[in-house]
Amino acid sequence: MDGRYVWIVLFLLGCYHGINPGMGWLFAVALGLQDRSRASVVFALIPIALGHVASVAIVVSLAVFAAAIFPHAIVHQTAAAILIAFGVYRLVRVRHPRWVGMRVGFWGLALWGFLMSSAHGAGLMLLPFVTAAPVSNAMSMPMPHGSAATGFLMIAVHTLGYFLTMLVVALIVYEKLGVRFLRQAWFNVDLVWAIALFAAGIVALFT
Amino acid sequence: MLLKPDPTFYASAKDAIKAPPETVAYVALLSANGTGTTDAITVVDTKTSSPTYAAQVGRVDLPNTGDELHHFGWNACSSALCPNAPKPHVDRRYLVVPGLRSSRIYIVDTKPTASEPRIVRTIEPQEIIAKTGYSRPHTVHCGPDAIYVSALGNADGEGPGGIFMLDCDTFDVIGPWEADRGPQYFAYDFWWHLGHDVMITSEWGTPNMIEGGLDPNLLLGGKYGHHLHFWNLRSRRHVQAVDLGAEQQLVLEIRPSHDPNQTYGFVGVVISLKDLSSSIWMWHRTNGKYGVTKVIDIPAEPADPAQLPDLLKGFSAVPPLLSDIDLSVDDRYLYASCWGTGELRQYDVSDPFKPQFVGSVRIGGIAKRSAHPSHANQPLNGGPQMVEISRDGRRVYFTNSLYRSWDDQFYPDGIKSWMVKVDVAGDGAMTFDPKFFVEFPHVHRAHQVRLEGGDASSDSYCFS
Repeated sequence: MDGRYVWIVLFLLGCYHGINPGMGWLFAVALGLQDRSRASVVFALIPIALGHVASVAIVVSLAVFAAAIFPHAIVHQTAAAILIAFGVYRLVRVRHPRWVGMRVGFWGLALWGFLMSSAHGAGLMLLPFVTAAPVSNAMSMPMPHGSAATGFLMIAVHTLGYFLTMLVVALIVYEKLGVRFLRQAWFNVDLVWAIALFAAGIVALFT
Repeated sequence: MLLKPDPTFYASAKDAIKAPPETVAYVALLSANGTGTTDAITVVDTKTSSPTYAAQVGRVDLPNTGDELHHFGWNACSSALCPNAPKPHVDRRYLVVPGLRSSRIYIVDTKPTASEPRIVRTIEPQEIIAKTGYSRPHTVHCGPDAIYVSALGNADGEGPGGIFMLDCDTFDVIGPWEADRGPQYFAYDFWWHLGHDVMITSEWGTPNMIEGGLDPNLLLGGKYGHHLHFWNLRSRRHVQAVDLGAEQQLVLEIRPSHDPNQTYGFVGVVISLKDLSSSIWMWHRTNGKYGVTKVIDIPAEPADPAQLPDLLKGFSAVPPLLSDIDLSVDDRYLYASCWGTGELRQYDVSDPFKPQFVGSVRIGGIAKRSAHPSHANQPLNGGPQMVEISRDGRRVYFTNSLYRSWDDQFYPDGIKSWMVKVDVAGDGAMTFDPKFFVEFPHVHRAHQVRLEGGDASSDSYCFS
């Protein structure tokens, strides 16, 4: 894949997580409504995003580590297999989270963000990019196969997309829309995500 | 799995009051003699334009005898939209139906045809006892993270009673809920303030104290439950017990505000040993501590001893025996079922500290035996008992049986069971719907009512 598109895709994947009401912004809105404070909405997003970073970072670190030790083909194929397996698991067995209550502090929210992102397999989608073959396009940013610096940058771009989307959606809902529209608009993004994980795994197998 | 949220889920109570009217009601029917006939869930048509309005249009008979259906609830409700544990794409379609005596739980599917419910799973008492240590399951609430069920006691019929959880997808029994029960021993009803992670539980008595009937010695000794308990819903730890006083016997229905950011609610007390009155108490929180205030007193009514069952002859009075209360979804009206005196009372609780009596309707009653307007010459027994309010607050349904062994003590002539409905005008005035009078055959008695799509005592919300 052309290096430029990799970064755009990573950013958009972040946006996709960000727009999912179950992945953070709705919780932030609820906490803002409890406190009747816009600042509470924004502050809640920070630990949630940190939890997300931690979750994604674990997956990416493992992949970078594996890429440094094992032959590229094996790492890539394994990553593809994990994606397919997790996608199928998410399709077959929908587990519902039960980790925190509605009164949560900074670390509670960070934990929630971490667990929610992990259960979602948020970091897994980055695997094909981390384990992809080195990119040699002169126009793109350098993407040495499996380097820690690249991994770090990937997480940063991904999280930026995630955080900005959450922030924009949360503020619009808090200030303008209210939560009433949810019962119409809360499309089952998790289902789409499970299919996407599966599909990404299949594509990765053959690239 | 749904692609969009179940249309019966609402983010807030404010939205839920705009819900469309229910087209059917599910009613628990218990066998009048306890043996021989089995219990059932019946389906009553509540669609006013329907040719079968107020008739039973479907039913599922349970396969076992001796279950004693009582309360029941949904697998999922509006709490599925809670942001901390979202599961918006599950279906509200299964009724979780416990047998209060057998400790068996039936999972009843209400789809695809609302009038043709079917049992899809049975959780046997042995499994519940083995996995939770509890027996006699009572109240069912669909929580954000699991289905919560209260239970009156253990396998031997002693305490402590408590709460256990079912997986909301598989209905597998997860286990007991409490991490630390503190001084709590009796159990009965429970509900919560979701926005504050607070659970509230009330007290009836252990199975051995109630199954043979109301024990006058225990009652007069103040031995039945008289506490309210507050818990941390998250850490599952007991936080505070509030004693209403030993003379306040049988602390039953818990009705918190539907606004998750509020910290008040109402609880009904069946009988005061001082004067046989019933009362409604309001709990409220100040600086993290809960207090209770008695806000409604319902006095006993004098009666000719000849009209009274043995238990009451010496008192020459009928106690109201407040057996259920229900708070409208907009938190404006509180309904109180006086099962002894045969009266359904309505209070405006806009100011929860100062409820205003709005009015009442009379039907049945130990002494009065008031008739329904549609059958003016037919005296009725039993009295307003389990009461359920439509989400828009305009229709209130209720039935007349309390609990089999207690029914027989207070209505020894044998409760003839009925279900009725009152219409509520915008200003709160109640009138019986003359077209809605459901009589059940002698073999069955009606208990809790659940309305299609949710009602005032089944849904909780995470947004205000």
